[in-house]
Amino acid sequence: MGRSGSGKTLLLRAIADLDVNEGRVSLNGQFRDDVSGPEWRKKVGLLTAESKWWHESVGKHFRSSKLNLLYDLGFPDESVLSWKVSRLSSGEKQRLALARLLLMSPDALLLDEPTANLDSDSVTLVENVIDAYRKERSASVIWVAHDESQLDRVSDAKMYMKDKHLTEQA
Amino acid sequence: MIVSDVIISLTTERISLACVLVMILALTTWKADLRVARPLLVASFRLIVQLSLVGLILEYVFEINNFLLVALIALVMLLVAGKEVSVRQKYRVSGRWGYGIGTCSMFVSSFAVSVFGLAAIIRAENWWDPRYSIPVLGMLLGNTMTAVALSLDRFTTYVWEGRETIEAKLMLGHSSQEALRIILRDSLRAGLMPVINSMAIAGIVSLPGMMTGQILAGNSPVSAVRYQIVIWLLIAVGCGFGSMLVVQMAAKRVFDERERLRTDRLYKV
Repeated sequence: MGRSGSGKTLLLRAIADLDVNEGRVSLNGQFRDDVSGPEWRKKVGLLTAESKWWHESVGKHFRSSKLNLLYDLGFPDESVLSWKVSRLSSGEKQRLALARLLLMSPDALLLDEPTANLDSDSVTLVENVIDAYRKERSASVIWVAHDESQLDRVSDAKMYMKDKHLTEQA
Repeated sequence: MIVSDVIISLTTERISLACVLVMILALTTWKADLRVARPLLVASFRLIVQLSLVGLILEYVFEINNFLLVALIALVMLLVAGKEVSVRQKYRVSGRWGYGIGTCSMFVSSFAVSVFGLAAIIRAENWWDPRYSIPVLGMLLGNTMTAVALSLDRFTTYVWEGRETIEAKLMLGHSSQEALRIILRDSLRAGLMPVINSMAIAGIVSLPGMMTGQILAGNSPVSAVRYQIVIWLLIAVGCGFGSMLVVQMAAKRVFDERERLRTDRLYKV
């Protein structure tokens, strides 16, 4: 948690190796600099508050379709994959972006306000799916949020950021 | 074969008639307050001075017929074209690379293709004979410069405007090449479309300048057409490889060794 501009996004981007940064990061005993950038980013999946789409159809963004995941995220069937991206609401986009990320099977999840654009029903779906993934894969999750009650529900430990520094552990 | 024996030489008085027409245009636009009279006159004046000088220089170069002199002229042409490519960019690659990638890609494509055309196709006694090499290189550089400038401008603009989408792809484990695939394709198309369009309508809508020049100078149209075909095919090859090279070099520059997108290496002009 932390105020806007405190460096939360910057920290997630640094861990995901999207910006030039100093320091060492390791995951399950493997150091970031020992693998290529793309390999590392497959291991640490970063989800931002606003997802990006580049093909016209939803399905083209998915290399495989794991249907359970779409059900779990509130889609009735796989027909969503044949939809056009322009048809999606911001909430649907965000839930599909999460599905797209989880299908990559990352070992850690970096979530930057993942439910900022979602209604309360979708928030519950997303929280449940992430919790199930975390347990199934023993994945580490770093979750940035402004809603403290959400972090109480989803986290084991809370940390605060101030002026680009982690200041306290709650 | 129709070959004219007498080439009509244009005297200064006859050229002045064309100048009078420009004056009339300038006067008309000045009266109508269109504010193009001044740039029109300056451009016309520059055209006359620059081309007259080039004519004199070429006369001298043809007479001397020296390889080093030809190489020096080619180098000057390349450096000027490189500068022109870099100033035509909305987002420039920072540092020496901004100038280097355009110049390098034109050097590799235009020069290699020109040398091939001169040595293997035209086959003058000396492949570097200035009477052939300078016009051929000039036409190739001129067209490659446009293609390279267009491709590079499109590439850097797409990268800048689509940086969030590129990063979204990187976050899904795409390599830099995968993340740029659509942009690379579109930039290359943008650079090549003008030459492809020109080739497709050649001879139907317009007569190419070089061919027209040869015909006016008394050459047979069939021979002029043969030259024009070769030149245009060479131009297409030069533009294609030049554009491919420049976007690949720019793509290398906007990513670092960790395949992170480095938009800090681009700056808006």
